[in-house]
Amino acid sequence: MSTVITFKPVSTAHSNAPVLEIGHLAVGYRGSDGFQRVVHDVSLRVRPGEVVALVGESGSGKTTTAQAVIGLLAENGRLEAGAVRLNGTDIAGWSQKQLDTIRGSKISLIPQDPTSSLNPVKTIGAQVAEVLQIHRRGSRAEIDARVVELLARVGLSRPELRAKQYSHELSGGMRQRVLIAIAIALRPALIIADEPTSALDVTVQKRILDLIDELRREYGTAVLLVTHDLGVAADRANHIVVLKGGRIQEQGPTSEILASPRSEYTRKLLADAPSLGKIRAVPRARSPRIRGSDDAIVVQNLVQDFSVGGRREAFRAVDDVSFTVQRGTTHAIVGESGSGKTTTARGIVGFQKPTSGRILVDGVDVTTLRGENLRRFRKTIQLVYQNPFASLDPQQTIFQIVEEPLLNFDPLPRDDRARKVHAILERVGLPQSVLTRKPRALSGGQRQRVAIARALVLDPQVLVLDEAVSALDVTVQAQILELLEELQQALGLTYLFISHDLAVVRQISDTVSVLHNGRQVDSGLVEDVFLRPGSAYTRELISAIPGQRNVSPR
Amino acid sequence: MSRYVIGRIGQAALVLWAAFTVSFVLLQALPGDAILIKFLNPELGLGPEQIAEIRASYAADSPLWMQYFTTATNFLTGHFGYSIHAGVPVGDLLLANLPPTLWLATLGFLLSLVLAVTLAALSALSPFSWLRSFIQSIPALFISTPVFWLGILLIQVFSFQLRLIPVINPGPWEALILPVVTLAVPISAPLAQILMRNIDHVLTEPFVAVARAKGASHRWVLSKHVAKNAVLPTLTIGGILFGELLAGAVVTEAVFGLNGIGGLTQRSVGDQDIAVLQAIVVFSATAFVLINLTVDLLYPVFDPRLRVRQGALA
Repeated sequence: MSTVITFKPVSTAHSNAPVLEIGHLAVGYRGSDGFQRVVHDVSLRVRPGEVVALVGESGSGKTTTAQAVIGLLAENGRLEAGAVRLNGTDIAGWSQKQLDTIRGSKISLIPQDPTSSLNPVKTIGAQVAEVLQIHRRGSRAEIDARVVELLARVGLSRPELRAKQYSHELSGGMRQRVLIAIAIALRPALIIADEPTSALDVTVQKRILDLIDELRREYGTAVLLVTHDLGVAADRANHIVVLKGGRIQEQGPTSEILASPRSEYTRKLLADAPSLGKIRAVPRARSPRIRGSDDAIVVQNLVQDFSVGGRREAFRAVDDVSFTVQRGTTHAIVGESGSGKTTTARGIVGFQKPTSGRILVDGVDVTTLRGENLRRFRKTIQLVYQNPFASLDPQQTIFQIVEEPLLNFDPLPRDDRARKVHAILERVGLPQSVLTRKPRALSGGQRQRVAIARALVLDPQVLVLDEAVSALDVTVQAQILELLEELQQALGLTYLFISHDLAVVRQISDTVSVLHNGRQVDSGLVEDVFLRPGSAYTRELISAIPGQRNVSPR
Repeated sequence: MSRYVIGRIGQAALVLWAAFTVSFVLLQALPGDAILIKFLNPELGLGPEQIAEIRASYAADSPLWMQYFTTATNFLTGHFGYSIHAGVPVGDLLLANLPPTLWLATLGFLLSLVLAVTLAALSALSPFSWLRSFIQSIPALFISTPVFWLGILLIQVFSFQLRLIPVINPGPWEALILPVVTLAVPISAPLAQILMRNIDHVLTEPFVAVARAKGASHRWVLSKHVAKNAVLPTLTIGGILFGELLAGAVVTEAVFGLNGIGGLTQRSVGDQDIAVLQAIVVFSATAFVLINLTVDLLYPVFDPRLRVRQGALA
């Protein structure tokens, strides 16, 4: 590399010269319909040892801004105007070759999805060593030793073993630790953390964010934290920048933004963020149930085993789970990945036969149903899936999607079907104009409304909502939750709400079961479980909800 | 691991048995047979009894199921019977015709690999997008080139006009140059296309962005991260393309007048020499199955994800 770059000596955390200074940044993408600017006039500063959070919903330009800083815009993207000063040097106009000399050494990246961010065919050790090799830091033996040291530093047990393992042999949290080890390997002045914990379970999320905090304090590294989660930003950042539509809505010290937001948009974000529940301190007021106290769902001693890889021994995914759900109420099943919550839901819908135990839905024993009876039974219980982008057939129009369940059951004349589709669409708050469109022309929130309409068109008794709002932006999430609430009141629906997000669960549920490794560790009324958790695991879950610290770290 | 190997070997055996059975049934179902074609010739003046005797000597008069089992047992012990037309053991015929085809196929496959990798590398490294789209359109041209036409064109240009390669009495290597090129060009096309698409796909993977964020250059990323990931799906198609290679060899040998398995197949079809055809089918199926078995067994070597058993616990 021929370019010699001189950086001002990285002084300790007390120097006030910003590590990163973005001035009037504008970024655009060349698309099929011409050039489109997605980031307009963004200016911000990150000082040594400081965490600045870029907060916004999808499409707000937060990730584009971060990518522009590290010079990794998509191929059709272009930095159009503005300055990106790293320790005083403007790198906005630098070539990729020049940027290669500072990426990894002066700026580094902690990416969003740890699973796809590690090369599946290279060992963990090789991928950590790579950053040292690229910047020629030390001999082979020195690099190998440093790799083990780094893996140990980020809290991985048995680092020598981990170095020889492949990405698929590690859990999500361990993978993110590996990526953090890569990011801190050369002690960069600035780390860009792009949604570093969005793909992780809440307890893992807390541990990873704690680790980033700790390393930041230890090395005096500045962090540009990109997140959609205001709770995370509130907990971790000194300074918050709120983006919408590629423009800064407002920015300022975290405490000020939280306490007295100036822009309308920030106020709305704060109101919609379920994880900032403590800040709002208004527990959801559930209307008392007047209807009869009959049970819509009864689950008794549910056990589900799976055989593992041809071996004789079985893996117990659900272990002795029991709960009842009153008609017209919402029961939440909460747990992290691998807790058995989805397996439980699949048993209730009748997708798989439990190993033992009883499941009654609307008085019918699901476990004994077969063939046509099982198919008929599906009319009373419907599913809404997590990902509204994958659960709708891209080739069908919205009308066809919503109409399809009607064709599978009692044959209705065409006019009646159309009338029903129109009525249900209005019910979920979609304009009739979407009927002729395909799913790709709709936003995420609209798609999830379509999925709800499709589930409701058969007039089911029970709706199973499997992470139904997890993929949505907070404001959209709040709207969908409101819609679900309203539908429940009007139609007397019973919800089974599967979620990893305790904050959302607290908002929408009457009762809750907390699952951990297939066992039910806590259950009862939501407020009881939240205020007086019966198990250490539930306590850990509750304390891991972001947005509780309210005060930024010093 | 051993379960994987045993499973794949079992599948291979099953495919071979199916190939043998299907070809046996189809060949028997053909109207007429080689004995009639050869000995019914009026010039030989053989009477019906004598022909029946000849049929008996080839065991052609025994019931079909018995023929099936005898043939199967003989094949398993390495006896492929006698060519009715040439009157020599089929095994000898195959051995005599194998080397040219083996050379043609091996060199053709290697050249197609070189062509495909070169095209993919040029496309991945090209600094301009117009150059890249130009290179990416080359395989489409290759794939739409018929083997016989390309062969004749190459002979016209290199042998008759440029007089670089003699048509009459060429050396053993000179004789192979044009056939190998003819065979390699259409086979390289799907390989190159898949390789290019895989490279483009892998380049959008988040781990590539992470590598760039470490300060890795485009070339570093291509050689250390993209290459291996992009080659993996190409392995399967490589195995399947071997079938194309056999089909291509028949036409190529005919165009260039080479004496190989392709030529032998062509003549045996004309003579309805069932014993030879049966042996060729089983031989090709064996080669095809062995290549694909090798590919399957190579996968875990390249892809660590396939080395361990994965289950609900993983």
